[in-house]
Amino acid sequence: MRRTALSALLSHWRRHPLQLASLLMGLALATALWSGVQAINAEARASYDRAAQVLGQDQLESLAAADGQRLPQEVFVALRRAGWLVSPLVEGRWSHAGRSVQVYGIDPFTAPAGALPPPVSESGEITDFITSPGLAFGAPETVAELDGAEGLPRLAAAEGIAPGMLIMDIGIAQALMRAEGQVSRLLLAPDQPLGRTPLEQVAPGLERRAPQETADVAELTGSFHLNLTAFGFLSFAVGLFIVHSAIGLAFEQRRPMFRTLRALGLPLRTLVGLLAVEVMLLALVAGLIGIGLGYVIAAALLPDVAATLRGLYGATLSGSLSLRPEWWLGGLAIALVGAGVAAAQSLWRLWRLPLLAPAQPRAWAMASARGFAGLAALAAGLAVVAVIAGVYGRGIVGGFVLLGALLLSAALALPGALALALAGAERLARRALPQWFWADTRQQLPGLSLALMALMLALSANIGVGTMVASFRITFTKWLDQRLPSELYVTARTEEEATRLRAWLEPQVDALLPIWRVEGPVLGQTAEIYGVADHRTYSDNWPMLLADPDVWARLARAEGAIVNEQLWRREGLSLGDPVPLPGGAVRPLVGVYSDYGNPRGQVIIGVADLVAQFPDLDRRRHAIRTDPAAVADLRTALVQDFGLPADNMIDQQAVKDISLKVFERTFAVTAALNVLTMGVAGFAMFTSLLTLSSMRLPQLAPVWALGLTRAALARLELIRAMLLAALTMMLAVPVGLILAWVLLAVVNVAAFGWRLPMHVFPADWLWLAVLALAAGGLAAAWPAWRLARIEPATLVKVFADER
Amino acid sequence: MLLSLQSVGKAYVSGSTRVEVLRGIDLAMNAGETVALTGESGSGKSTLLHLCAGLDRAESGRIEVAGRDLTRADDATLAALRRDAVGLVFQQFNLIPSLSVAANLAFQARLKGSDDPGRIATLAGRLGLADLMHRYPEQLSGGQQQRVAIGRTLAARPALILADEPTGNLDEATGDAVLDLMLELVAEAGAGLLMVTHSPRLAARLSRRVHLSGGRLA
Repeated sequence: MRRTALSALLSHWRRHPLQLASLLMGLALATALWSGVQAINAEARASYDRAAQVLGQDQLESLAAADGQRLPQEVFVALRRAGWLVSPLVEGRWSHAGRSVQVYGIDPFTAPAGALPPPVSESGEITDFITSPGLAFGAPETVAELDGAEGLPRLAAAEGIAPGMLIMDIGIAQALMRAEGQVSRLLLAPDQPLGRTPLEQVAPGLERRAPQETADVAELTGSFHLNLTAFGFLSFAVGLFIVHSAIGLAFEQRRPMFRTLRALGLPLRTLVGLLAVEVMLLALVAGLIGIGLGYVIAAALLPDVAATLRGLYGATLSGSLSLRPEWWLGGLAIALVGAGVAAAQSLWRLWRLPLLAPAQPRAWAMASARGFAGLAALAAGLAVVAVIAGVYGRGIVGGFVLLGALLLSAALALPGALALALAGAERLARRALPQWFWADTRQQLPGLSLALMALMLALSANIGVGTMVASFRITFTKWLDQRLPSELYVTARTEEEATRLRAWLEPQVDALLPIWRVEGPVLGQTAEIYGVADHRTYSDNWPMLLADPDVWARLARAEGAIVNEQLWRREGLSLGDPVPLPGGAVRPLVGVYSDYGNPRGQVIIGVADLVAQFPDLDRRRHAIRTDPAAVADLRTALVQDFGLPADNMIDQQAVKDISLKVFERTFAVTAALNVLTMGVAGFAMFTSLLTLSSMRLPQLAPVWALGLTRAALARLELIRAMLLAALTMMLAVPVGLILAWVLLAVVNVAAFGWRLPMHVFPADWLWLAVLALAAGGLAAAWPAWRLARIEPATLVKVFADER
Repeated sequence: MLLSLQSVGKAYVSGSTRVEVLRGIDLAMNAGETVALTGESGSGKSTLLHLCAGLDRAESGRIEVAGRDLTRADDATLAALRRDAVGLVFQQFNLIPSLSVAANLAFQARLKGSDDPGRIATLAGRLGLADLMHRYPEQLSGGQQQRVAIGRTLAARPALILADEPTGNLDEATGDAVLDLMLELVAEAGAGLLMVTHSPRLAARLSRRVHLSGGRLA
């Protein structure tokens, strides 16, 4: 019995392949966008975990200087003599000619068990590893990227090492990092001998650091991944509208079949069960297709995401994608859950449907005004949730609750708003044809409302995200001009060369501004501490958000510190609050500046103050102020007369270009998801119109019989779809603007730590309106074409069937 | 006794008005008997048929089909009764549009678990459907569709056939031909037939006629 009934139910799809394709594609697209994003996130998490595990950092305690600076190697020797089982570690960033990698130098003889990466412990090349020119292990993609780089030891590819890092012997690393005789940290073996001399007596400046259970980057990038997940979910929701629409339509079309099946003796429970099985079967097929598509999407987007994470957070991701079981199982699960959610209403309706209920397919088209009123009430409820989240919500979760409630509320309110507008137009119409057109359009609304809601979500998201990105771009470009006033940036190879360079440059340029910095803990987190010269370059240009009147003079007098917006917001600081620096000095806060694109906290003090606090700092980088016209000659002179490699200098424009490139790549993923979401919404319109078109004949045939040509009817169908798309676009503009405001003022602040001013771009909306019209027109084109060419006999059949 | 109705009553509530459709209906049918049920439009003929098929429930009285009491049966029991003992022929045919003629013919028998390809082929030949087996319902005329619906019912060998104006959608000649065939096949199968019809001419061809008026049988 079950098999016979199931084959009858499934036979519907054989006779309606387009409907089946739209259902499968809708669910597959929804799953693809969702699982694509999840694949990227899973890959990133795996990379972060691998990075956190490097050298046992996730399990081993370490000893480090309280001010976060490197410590003399003698401390290591002293501790070993005092009985401490410690192993030295040097870490730092090696950059050259645009290539950059995190370097870890280890001592293979004292490293605790578990800290030594397998490639080192298992390699039979220990002699090569510890003797010059040395041997460095890295992930295969890292080794490939660094191929041919000068100055590095011989590179060997090894699995299991996080990308973007190299592991080498400590001596080799010290030479590479110009840190001879220095170590960054000392790893502590888990079991220490009893009776060793207390730490305070051997190395009083050191403090114990707990193992890093989660990588810093995992915390830093959490908001970015949440953003990505939110977009994936939005796309999934838009896809679900298609699925809901396709399943609902299939149920409506099969109502006569359901009645017949029940009349022929199929129990209701069995029928509902079989339909649930059918939905799950379809979901499994669509889920598998979706996972395949998701993999393709993820593979296509991953390089941009990796570049974004590197640019924004300094986090390095593997450039290749692995097929992780948790990812594809999750994809299948979301497809099943999505299909279940989409089908639940239809199954429930069937469960409650009396056996003798009229079996004519209604296709939602007869849904009453009560249906719209119910949706409007739900929309109002969600609007209240959005307001509450806006007023009382905190952080990124509050922001996303606000966004979700706002978007859903707007989407649910759409059919009612459109019905009101169409009813108004109908009242204003004087002639018969326009009156019929408006009334008929209103009657089509319930059948199209899901697709229009999907379009509304896609358009609002497009306007919102587009406004945010464009606002960000304007602010960022202006900020770059302020932040990068110097004409040329140079880096000497050694401290000694830097001293000579300063002496060589000073008579030739307007100003030579040090770019000296250290890193260390500030208010509990690692921050960058820069020193600035007392020069009008800063007072004229620096992008201050708030400041004491004599801020630059106070920095020059070592009487204050300024911090970036991120640190200021995170710590809730006010002007005058103390800012503790690594090493114990404290400066009052005298200003806050914007610092887009930097995930870390940053502090600026006077350069003399910085040198006094950290006399061993790296003094090799400088900014040069000079006549812009003289930059080219100066570069030539620096190379030919002074002997500085061309790679060691970069002009202002190049820095800006790099920054803008990072910026554009940062939002490339968002833009791609936006386009995909629009595509999904357009597809939803297309499938709805196509499937409804076959049910439209009883409504169109009488109008045709009364004297309207098939071509004229087809034209009206086209106009109707474009008109509905245009009305939806008009309503999407205010929703998109609110969305942009939430993204700029709530989500960005929580995710990145900065707030941006909002700019509006009406020209972009016009372009989007053209796109929406095109989507509506394209979606209606085929059904309209079919209508224009339909055989009159088919239309006549409508009357024959009504006997 | 194939069908037994004792004091069966049924009412509908429309707004604040209660409409008594059937009042104290008593009816008995034996196997092999063919009964015409006539009456004015809205007299409750279809309602009575639905009650006999277990598609709807009586408010009072007792209905038995093939020895099974429908009055207190649950939905699953009623579904099983329709599947195993009752055959329904509707005025609107109610074929499954996505299945071919062959699949439609065999459908109820398969649901019942008694698929007999030989009988399907014989029935198709008798009903003049042998050349149409691979077509779909939408490709058939009204008369052809009704023949498929009758064939579907007969293929399942029900004890009781309930037909609601089975020729109502057909012209007179086609209707006559369809009824001839149905009566012939019902007689061969030894089944009972309760048929709703407006036509006194068709009613006269059945072994007995009952008339429904004012909610009561006459």
